[in-house]
Amino acid sequence: MTRLLAAALVALAAGHAAAADLRICVEGAYPPFSEVTPDGNLVGFDIDIAEALCSEMGKSCEMVQTEWDGIIPALLERKCDAIVASMSITPDRQKVIDFTKKYYNTPAKFAAKEGAGYEATAEGMAGKTVGVQRGTIHHDFMEGEFPEAELKLYGTQDEAYLDLQSGRVDAIMADSVVIAEGFLKTEAGAGFAFFGPGFSVPEYHGEGVGIGLRKDDDDLEAAFNAAIDAIRGNGTYEAIQGKYFDFDIYGG
Amino acid sequence: MDLSLPLKHWDMFAAGVWMTLQLTFLALVVGFCIALPSALALCRGSRWSPLIRSYVYVFRGTPLIVQTYLIYYGLGQFEWVRESVLWPLLREAWWCALIAFSLNSGAYATEILRGAIATTPKGELEGGRALGLSEPQITRLVLLPSALRRALPQYGNEIVFMLHGSVVASVITIQDILGAGRTLNGRYYVAYEGFVTAALLYMAITFAIVFVFRQIERHYLRHLNIQPATRKGIGPTGVGALDPAAAR
Repeated sequence: MTRLLAAALVALAAGHAAAADLRICVEGAYPPFSEVTPDGNLVGFDIDIAEALCSEMGKSCEMVQTEWDGIIPALLERKCDAIVASMSITPDRQKVIDFTKKYYNTPAKFAAKEGAGYEATAEGMAGKTVGVQRGTIHHDFMEGEFPEAELKLYGTQDEAYLDLQSGRVDAIMADSVVIAEGFLKTEAGAGFAFFGPGFSVPEYHGEGVGIGLRKDDDDLEAAFNAAIDAIRGNGTYEAIQGKYFDFDIYGG
Repeated sequence: MDLSLPLKHWDMFAAGVWMTLQLTFLALVVGFCIALPSALALCRGSRWSPLIRSYVYVFRGTPLIVQTYLIYYGLGQFEWVRESVLWPLLREAWWCALIAFSLNSGAYATEILRGAIATTPKGELEGGRALGLSEPQITRLVLLPSALRRALPQYGNEIVFMLHGSVVASVITIQDILGAGRTLNGRYYVAYEGFVTAALLYMAITFAIVFVFRQIERHYLRHLNIQPATRKGIGPTGVGALDPAAAR
């Protein structure tokens, strides 16, 4: 009995210690960039890019699904070696971690009920309840530029959609592609639409989305940068982009 | 660890403490108001018993976080809920949390009180009847004072569990103590500062509750002689020394 128990423990522990060259922190609730399918697989643009970069670098990679608001600590605590989770390169984050060059760049936008008639200005949004994901560039952007709006903070973007649908928030602010592909184009998003311009303020939104790395990992950074250039050059990037989008998300 | 971060945002944590205390306290009050009649009804085999039993079974059998999610995100999915008169309440995360916590605490407290009532010594009730008290009088003057006292230690536990369970509020957008900690972590990309601050605050509140309950128990459970001997040289003191059972 004891031996059986010991064997079971060893088997369980072994299952959790798969050996891969690199462990990549991904999120899993941010369609179409990363999401978990009903049968439990991680899929999405981020996941495909991460896998393409890994095979370009000739390394084996393991995806580690991590909560968004714990994803930088997870990297720093060596729970993973890189973050491929649509993380924008911002000055604030650069104080803590390093980034590769961008692998895509898209503007941020508001969305609300179709015909709600909101104005995407600080005055127009005063007193409106806006849902954002906690600890994102959109959270900072709303606090900095729309101080009069009432913010509701969510752990995942999917939860913010649920509350927009049920009317608990008047509007949401997030990446335009994420809202379009993950919400507006789905059944749940019927009757909702963007309003206001696309926002891309360097102070908040950074220069695009990059791969997060620990500050001392210069070799890995160089390897990732070379791999990004390689998949941009050899058509892999276009192929992955074509799977999800009908436009160029790399940006100018 | 950078302790200046939580200090810099002490107001956020203060608001979190107030939110946590408010939700926990109100949920316990509402829960108790559900539990007392439910426990009495169960002990008397009222015709509501099957209904109460299923309520207790469901709410003790499922995790609080699932209950809260179902009430917050689940109910909001239905058009008819959103059209109903209750929506102005259910629309607010605060009310959803209070409803979930109250129902959860009510279920646990029902079980605690039911146990205490069921173990009331027969003699106490017979004594009441011998004095010519009516049944409502016996309930009010004999049964409940005796049962509630004996439920105190377990109920003190329930309060601490409810306090700790209230962290669930932070997953439905409420800025409680844990919510403040998570926001701090998210803002400064740190792992420990927010959680450690939250843990210390929860611990302080827990110790305060435990202390208060120890005083209350000391006062109300004197007759059960649960206090250890305190005065030097006298040995076992108080009621126990006179208890014939102790002499055997």
